[in-house]
Amino acid sequence: MKKTILLALTVMLIIALITGCTQSSSKSDKILIGVNYELSGETATYGQSSVEGIELAINKVNEAGGINGKLIELVKYDNESKSANATSLATRLMTQDKVLAVMGPATSGAFKATIPVANQNKVPVISGSATADDVTVNPDGSVQEYAFRICFSDSYQGTAMANYALNNLSKTKAVVIMDSSSDYGKGLAANFVNTFEANGGTIVAQEAYVSGDTDFNSILTKIRDLDFDVIFIPGYYNEAGLIIKQARDLGIDVPILGADGFDSPELVNLAGKDALNDIYFSNHYSSLDQDPVVQDFIKEFEKKYNKQPDAFNALGYDLAMFVVNGIERAESLTGEAVKKALESTTDFNGVTGSFSIDEFHNPVKAIVIIELKDGVQHSSERLSLD
Amino acid sequence: MDQLIQQIINGISLGSIYALIALGYTMVYGIIKLINFAHGDIYMLGAYIGYFCMTTLKLGFLPSLFIAIILCMIVGICIEKIAYKPLRNATRIAVLITAIGVSLFLQYGTMFFVGANVRTYPPLTGLMAKRFKYGHTLISMHQIIIVITTIVLMTALQVIVKNTRIGKAMRAVSLDKDAAQLMGINVDSTISFTFALGSALAGAAGVLVGIYYNSINPLMGTMPGLKAFVAAVLGGIGIIPGAMMGGYLIGIIEVFVSGYGSSMYRDAVVFAILILILILKPSGIMGKNIGEKV
Repeated sequence: MKKTILLALTVMLIIALITGCTQSSSKSDKILIGVNYELSGETATYGQSSVEGIELAINKVNEAGGINGKLIELVKYDNESKSANATSLATRLMTQDKVLAVMGPATSGAFKATIPVANQNKVPVISGSATADDVTVNPDGSVQEYAFRICFSDSYQGTAMANYALNNLSKTKAVVIMDSSSDYGKGLAANFVNTFEANGGTIVAQEAYVSGDTDFNSILTKIRDLDFDVIFIPGYYNEAGLIIKQARDLGIDVPILGADGFDSPELVNLAGKDALNDIYFSNHYSSLDQDPVVQDFIKEFEKKYNKQPDAFNALGYDLAMFVVNGIERAESLTGEAVKKALESTTDFNGVTGSFSIDEFHNPVKAIVIIELKDGVQHSSERLSLD
Repeated sequence: MDQLIQQIINGISLGSIYALIALGYTMVYGIIKLINFAHGDIYMLGAYIGYFCMTTLKLGFLPSLFIAIILCMIVGICIEKIAYKPLRNATRIAVLITAIGVSLFLQYGTMFFVGANVRTYPPLTGLMAKRFKYGHTLISMHQIIIVITTIVLMTALQVIVKNTRIGKAMRAVSLDKDAAQLMGINVDSTISFTFALGSALAGAAGVLVGIYYNSINPLMGTMPGLKAFVAAVLGGIGIIPGAMMGGYLIGIIEVFVSGYGSSMYRDAVVFAILILILILKPSGIMGKNIGEKV
């Protein structure tokens, strides 16, 4: 009995010593950046991919000597895909770990939950993939002072795809099959429909499903006999892959459009490569892009992780580089100074395109439209919307 | 007309899956009056076992189906022995809560081992991937496989329940557990056998869904589980032919709601049916009204 108590005390002492040491030494010669991501739970794939990109970027910066001689240290926590955890972790990162900025979370809901904490503690939070429209603005239209993002919004994608269908593909009769269980699906659908109809197209039918559905035969059988020439699927690859497969099985061979939710290597497994013809979707980046920044990133990524990077990897990488760039230009190592530096970012040249930050802390950047042929990316083009 | 036939075909394929799962619910309820909420997750395990047989072990459809059925039987028996048997004399609500616990354990346990990602079944080739076209109506080989497998399994179940000694024991235990025990029936092994049968059907349904929709994930059991539960209640819980009928009815209703009404209301209609049947005829379509003895 005595022995165990003694042992427990010793262990506690050692732990206290170790943590005490690292904290005291890290403050002086390291720059701490928080990473608050969905590493487990429903949206774990987005969080994990983003963090892979972030770690690649930070390693690269550290190998090159860090920021002004100071190495960057990531303080990484898992919010388990829960908004409440995202809030408490943001608080912990800012008040206990004293980080200079926080990256993440990946999804809009969780990211929004950290913004009040950021404003209160004057530490910027930056998301690489929170695409909901109202992420960086208050309900009254004013900007959330300490929130930034480096990806375009859902409405931007919906509008871009509607224009692409009308102008580039010359299609005027669309069916929309939307994921009604996510803000993402609903937001995209609304913007697509508005733009499509405003510019002379007709929406022939609008159907809905919820995330987790696997049977779309009834919906597809219903629309099969209608007169339409394009399908828009605002949703994620899990269901979109199955919709595409079942549609092609039923003999529906019109072009199918989607957004960045299509971007996953799983899409081809779900739909089968024969079904993936005439598929167009908007995305943040394409591996076909010959820009050296993109090609270098792909090479480095493949070397480290032995796989092709996806858009979340690219956004994570850009996010980390964007934050590093901000810290380098900041007048001092305080949250306020970093925020000012981020606000003044112009022509940041990232993997997902070059962009500047506008007054609402959104990037102004071009969208990439990717065409799939036999399940592989066949071509990509940049489309800017003005 | 074409569309009607096509929708009926869609409905029957979907209904077969619900029927297979509903059978397990109904048998377990019939014998120990427990809504086994972990049942949908056994179906999920069946899908994963089939997946690993087909991808890692590179087995064909039939061997994979067979292995999934056997392993799911074992899992079903284990769950009964570990989680439900110690609570045989506890209140029904305690067992029900345990069932929910087992369900969550299976879901997140699976997620821990295989990850939260969606997995895709390898595409079937040759004859298994064929599609038949009659005019404007399409039937895929997958749909035929699903319906045939379901019919074979249901016939086997009927034979077991009606014509074997263990089937007789099952019926006796479900009628009156204590009396059955007095007549020399081993109640514990009969209950285990019931769980094994139900789990076998659920495991088979899992593999069939895997080849039909080729997308599986650790939480896939929840929704079909609930809908199969509705199907079991609709047909009359505890009644085996009722579960089959309920399964097919729910499948066809679901398809018709999204095919002729709005896909938005599909799930709402299914659960509205549950509410209606509980208000109007709680014993289900095939159930007899028996006054509860006090």
